[in-house]
Amino acid sequence: MPGSGSRSGVSYDARGLVEPHAEMPDNIEVDGGRARFDAADLTIRQINMALRQLIYNDGIVDVTVLNPSSKHSLAVGILKRCRIHFEGSPGWFACGLIDGPEVTINGRVGWSVAENMMSGVVTIERSAGSLTGAAIRGGDLIVKGDVGARTGIDQKGGTIIVTGDVGINTGFMMQRGRQIICGNAGMNLGDSMYDGAIYVAGKVRSLGVDCVPGEWDDADTELIGRKFRIHGLGDPPQFQKFVCGKQLHNYDALEPSERKLVIH
Amino acid sequence: MCGIAGVIHRDGTADVGAELTAMLQSMKHRGPDSTGYAVYGPADDLVVIRFVLAEPNKSTGFGMEERLERNRAEVESRLAKIGAEVATVTSDTGYAFRATIRYGGDLKALADYLEDVPGCEVLSLGSSLEIIKDLGDAQTVSGQYNLGSFQGTHGIGHVRMATESEVDLASAHPYWAYPFADVAVVHNGQLTNYHQWRRRLEQHGHRFQSECDSEIIAVYLAEYMARGLSLETAMKHSLDDLDGVFTYVCVTGHELGIAKDEMAAKPLVLFESDPLVAVATEEVAIRAVVKREVETRDPYEREVLVWQV
Repeated sequence: MPGSGSRSGVSYDARGLVEPHAEMPDNIEVDGGRARFDAADLTIRQINMALRQLIYNDGIVDVTVLNPSSKHSLAVGILKRCRIHFEGSPGWFACGLIDGPEVTINGRVGWSVAENMMSGVVTIERSAGSLTGAAIRGGDLIVKGDVGARTGIDQKGGTIIVTGDVGINTGFMMQRGRQIICGNAGMNLGDSMYDGAIYVAGKVRSLGVDCVPGEWDDADTELIGRKFRIHGLGDPPQFQKFVCGKQLHNYDALEPSERKLVIH
Repeated sequence: MCGIAGVIHRDGTADVGAELTAMLQSMKHRGPDSTGYAVYGPADDLVVIRFVLAEPNKSTGFGMEERLERNRAEVESRLAKIGAEVATVTSDTGYAFRATIRYGGDLKALADYLEDVPGCEVLSLGSSLEIIKDLGDAQTVSGQYNLGSFQGTHGIGHVRMATESEVDLASAHPYWAYPFADVAVVHNGQLTNYHQWRRRLEQHGHRFQSECDSEIIAVYLAEYMARGLSLETAMKHSLDDLDGVFTYVCVTGHELGIAKDEMAAKPLVLFESDPLVAVATEEVAIRAVVKREVETRDPYEREVLVWQV
């Protein structure tokens, strides 16, 4: 199997996911538990290979990646507590499937940042594309700017904070977790959501199917205050809460055919 | 999954051929089957025609060389018959041609007359628009047509992954908005009311080069602009009339516009500065021309934006 086995201390899975001819970058500067390298002239696989080598094999806990140059799929699948800092803008699918890292991005990100994140913190200093935080299970995702459409689609846990505006279908089919939107929200907010809560400080263009205003309680105030404090976001604005109306999906134990009978 | 890109320099001419090539090559992963450009050089009193006489993969074989030469002569003959004065006719490939003519007549009649020549398809007509498209990635097509040295104010490009139609020139973008001079479109997405609009537009006398849904957008915009609507207004109408998921970029002789459908389902990222506007499916393409950290954003649903040279 091309690419399987181990070379230079880097593991290759059975599908050869690490490019066989990718070479470890030779521009990595290591200083104790910290490392940094310039990614401008590296391939996606070289960057990810370097991150894995440093974090998994060399015991580095703090890595800075300079000039990610909008390359896709960076820092995906890192399952270890560590710090990763991007100085510049990664492209699509950054930090997907991570479990544990604290990632800071001093730039913008493309579509699907932190998709399926299990735990950790991803902080983006500028804007983000669509599908931000799609299907995240846990952790905190903070975007200090505007994001595109379908933020937190299929969200299953965790917290997404956006200091700017969000686009259409934000929170579509979200099942759990929290979204805190400081700006305006596009059409169909929370469409077909199952559970969780969406807090919006600005205007909501329209609510989606079965998304309704929710009742504010002390736990909401505590949650928002705590998240703003932890992430250094200043004083929170006034929010309105939106939740699932629980009319769309089958929330009892009845089979669909039985439910029809109940309705009639 | 295709990739689209566009640049417009609002302060004069630049290397738009090289810029679009860099942008499109950076998105090769979105579509390696064909690459196309619609670029705008300085306008003059000559009409520029880009036309092909055969598909690239059918341009060789027994008797093809003679046939292409015969058909090229027929095109030149027809140009003369319709009253056009031919200035130049050149070819980089043997099957794709660039002609410049002096002609003040009806462009639709001209295009229809030329397309009666066997194998002839007019890719573009106008005073500054040139559509170049061929099979392969951006570097291949750019090298083939010497686009690296093309100077102009604006242009759009497309890399295509063939999913629903052939790998050929007819299905490659951009599409010229026949018969409207100097208007072209690239599109990423699917239009679900394609057949309905095709029938309507054919009833209004438009012809289609392909079976590709994207061509509808170009012809649709041409139809509305011919009625006197501005590009921006025509694009706004299209959001109500066209069903499906789509993002498209349209260019005229002095404008570049983008439109996103009401679901914002297809990607587009925008960089805007005073001298330069660049749009592309992915940020990596913006970085190919703006080699520094810049502020970019995703346009929202139903957003139509137009910039002028």
